[in-house]
Amino acid sequence: MLSELPLLSLVIWFPVLGGVAVLFVGDENPGRAKALALTVAILSLLISIPLYTSFDPTTAAMQFQEFIPWIPTFNVNYHLGVDGFSMPLILLTTFMTVLVVIAGWEVVKYRIAQYMAAFLIMQGFMIGVFAAMDAILFYVFFEAMLIPMFLIIGIWGGPRRVYATIKFFLYTFLGSVFMLIALIYMYNQAGGFEILDFHKLPLSLTEQVLIFFAFVVGFAVKVPMWPVHTWLPDAHVEAPTGGSVILAAITLKIGGYGFLRFALPITPDAASMLDWLIITMSLIAVIYIGLVALVQQDMKKLIAYSSIAHMGFVTLGFFIVFSIYRHTGSLSGAVMGVEGGMVQMVSHGFISGALFLCVGVLYDRVHSRQIKDYGGVANTMPIFAAFMVLFGMANAGLPGTSGFIGEFLVILSSFKASFWIAFLAAISLILGAAYTLWLIKRVIFGDIGNSHVAELQDVSRREILMLSLLAAAVLLLGVWPDPLTSVMHVSVDNLLQHVTVSKL
Amino acid sequence: MNFVAPDFMPVLPELFVLILACVVLIVDVFLEQRQRHITYGLAQLTLLGAALLTLLTYAQAPVTTMFGHYIKDAMGDLLKLFICLTTAVGFLYSRDYLRRCGLFKGEFFVLGLFGVLGMMVMVSANSLLSVYLGLELLSLSLYALVAIDRDSPVSSEAAMKYFVLGSLASGMLLYGISMIYGATGSVDLQVVADATARQGANNLVLVFGLVFLVVGLAFKLGAVPFHMWLPDVYQGAPTAVTLYIGSAPKLAAFALVMRVLVEGLGALQSDWQQMLIILSVLSIVLGNLVAVVQTNIKRMLAYSTISHVGFLLLGIVAGTPEGYAAAMFYAIVYVLMAVGAFGLILILGHNGFEVENIEDFKGLNDRNAWLAFLMMIIMMSMTGVPFMAGFYAKWVVLQAVVNVGLVWLAILGVVFSVIGAFYYLRVVKCIYFDKLEQATPVDLSLDTEIAISANGLLLVVLGLYPTALMAWCAMALPS
Repeated sequence: MLSELPLLSLVIWFPVLGGVAVLFVGDENPGRAKALALTVAILSLLISIPLYTSFDPTTAAMQFQEFIPWIPTFNVNYHLGVDGFSMPLILLTTFMTVLVVIAGWEVVKYRIAQYMAAFLIMQGFMIGVFAAMDAILFYVFFEAMLIPMFLIIGIWGGPRRVYATIKFFLYTFLGSVFMLIALIYMYNQAGGFEILDFHKLPLSLTEQVLIFFAFVVGFAVKVPMWPVHTWLPDAHVEAPTGGSVILAAITLKIGGYGFLRFALPITPDAASMLDWLIITMSLIAVIYIGLVALVQQDMKKLIAYSSIAHMGFVTLGFFIVFSIYRHTGSLSGAVMGVEGGMVQMVSHGFISGALFLCVGVLYDRVHSRQIKDYGGVANTMPIFAAFMVLFGMANAGLPGTSGFIGEFLVILSSFKASFWIAFLAAISLILGAAYTLWLIKRVIFGDIGNSHVAELQDVSRREILMLSLLAAAVLLLGVWPDPLTSVMHVSVDNLLQHVTVSKL
Repeated sequence: MNFVAPDFMPVLPELFVLILACVVLIVDVFLEQRQRHITYGLAQLTLLGAALLTLLTYAQAPVTTMFGHYIKDAMGDLLKLFICLTTAVGFLYSRDYLRRCGLFKGEFFVLGLFGVLGMMVMVSANSLLSVYLGLELLSLSLYALVAIDRDSPVSSEAAMKYFVLGSLASGMLLYGISMIYGATGSVDLQVVADATARQGANNLVLVFGLVFLVVGLAFKLGAVPFHMWLPDVYQGAPTAVTLYIGSAPKLAAFALVMRVLVEGLGALQSDWQQMLIILSVLSIVLGNLVAVVQTNIKRMLAYSTISHVGFLLLGIVAGTPEGYAAAMFYAIVYVLMAVGAFGLILILGHNGFEVENIEDFKGLNDRNAWLAFLMMIIMMSMTGVPFMAGFYAKWVVLQAVVNVGLVWLAILGVVFSVIGAFYYLRVVKCIYFDKLEQATPVDLSLDTEIAISANGLLLVVLGLYPTALMAWCAMALPS
């Protein structure tokens, strides 16, 4: 029975319609709006679970496919489907949205219904991005997603929110329009917008290089990679806690996912030729941005920069494969790189989300994000301190947490390509430990810094609930990553088989 | 030679508008100010009746009448339908504004109806003569409409400027027409088309005439560098008139370009294509850049219009049936957005306060969340964000341009629409991010609310399901 339901459409449109319903309940009934939003978020999570349980990990083909002609004039179809790459990210999205709804429960006072609705609609669009099998459908969700996030940062954000949100919108918009041109160009050759047809489309090297750059501009802004990362610290700092969580946990992943779905398989020769460029950019992100994180005064900014550094691992893992293949001639090391990148994406979703929630917990009490305004929080908030230390350790890549697995796999596979790449990537472990532990030391430990900290109340039951869910996820993935890696294994293999065959 | 009466059936909608416009004119003389709503009702009746007649007599195959000066075809009927409907909606949005400003006079509606008649003639013109007649009927109505608030110095100045520059453009157009007549020996577009196909681009007089024609058309469209009148007129005219100028005439101007350049001078495509590329590039660049620094919403929308015209011309530049259909889709969607945007500007005013600056949208979300949402949809649609019709309009135009190998034009177009995003976002910023000290609720009548809601939601519906309108546009165009 389950297989007959249009499961993916449900997961996309149920939260969107739920969001609209929340809007109709309106701000006059904040209690009912919140309750409805939470119900919708939880139901979305439940609806998405069969995607995992009924998923067939033995095939790389698209599953749960839905196909309806949408704009026949241009052969555009409403075509959905998931494979081992997109399915985990969809689950991550539905999971994080529940947390975001809980996180905003008592904190958001202004226009709570619009707040909740924006996140629910955003959720639907983000899942649409992951599930779209038609390039125009992908693009439509990819762009539409900007509107709710633009409003979330702009309405509920901090003092410099207008600057931050317009910067966010324009950066991402500029990145994606080139992709649209590339998609139209490929449509002229392929006669349709099916992403899988694009994978098979023969393209000359010049075409590939230009299309590759169009994709890189679009996705590098989203990831974000150095040097187009500057919107992220601004957006994160000004966004409300929920906005930061969704930005870090999901939207950044869309950039990484885009590389896997578009850039690598559509333009493999260009990617292989220009992998040095992406690897260099990733290493700069890992090391230089790590150093930048070290000197931040603002907690959210520090975590934002740490996000950029961690996402550098993801792109490194994805683009190291060509070098490994050239060196060793086998794919076994390369598999590790891509899987490492994927694990890193999911794990970073949990960890960065958790850290932003932790900052949110502190901010709600003290109304400051400056590190110097804290100190000795462990004395007044012991339970919270335990959580924050755990997430800090995970962020630093401590074995036993999910942060370790991804980074370890990527560094291990880098060794097969080049010692120096691996060496430089491994430096980030030191840097990551440095900025995270120093943050923890200054905020959590030591003597009570000031009167505000002395009056702090420990976390409420609501906050414990959301933090412990994340803590469980981080630890589970850290000690037992198999449930995640096993579903993506075949897809990764398939992708690598594909990208190592030249299209020329 | 015997006189044979022409077949009047194909011009039924036009006759209907003409007769009723005269009726409105006469009836209005006998009405007192408090009965003026009768004029308004009659005007609406005229427009809706004309739309209905157009729909009922929708052309399956092209029919010419009036001795070949007039053609009734699918493209014309589709555009006429939208011209009548958008003008009707525009009148509805304007009603309360006109009452507030003391402009609720018969002249507004009579001139508006004659303008509609002019547009319908332009849309169905099959000779350079009827093109000119339609254009002048529209232009004269517009000059008078801009000056309708005769005590306002700003309006008078705008009207004067519009009149002088508009006459210059008409002169150019007429000069071009005379040259083409000289080169081909006819004003009938079919004959002109045959003659140019025979003579080709080697005839210098023909190309010279084409240049003047393009200048005249560019002026009426408001394409750079012939756009000077547009911002001043948009800002100076009473907002209800700005709405009128900014909406349906764009459809007529599109039809004009199609009739004259594509149907009449199709053989000279390689010549006018180059000219249109220059016009569209300049319009997109200048329109978007200058709009960024505007503080007056009407002026900002004027520059945004210029950039949209540039985008619309891109579709015609492509020179393929696909491109023409894309341009037509763009024109229709643009008019829907423009009517909605100016309509909201009108609706949000109340006694003693009219929306003039972008700042005046501050705190709209707290005043009326639904209207705020609609304005956001319109702005996002103008930006070209998906799930709004504006995205598909831009997309199909880009697709047509890339199809003919002009990738650089497409890239230029998208880069400048990102720049354009900034000023649309600024309006959204005012609506949602800025708070108002005291939020006065918006009072609007039920019919206005229904119309503006339908207007805004139509942009979303067209965004979710653009197929029908796109197919309709493609079918309406001669392939």
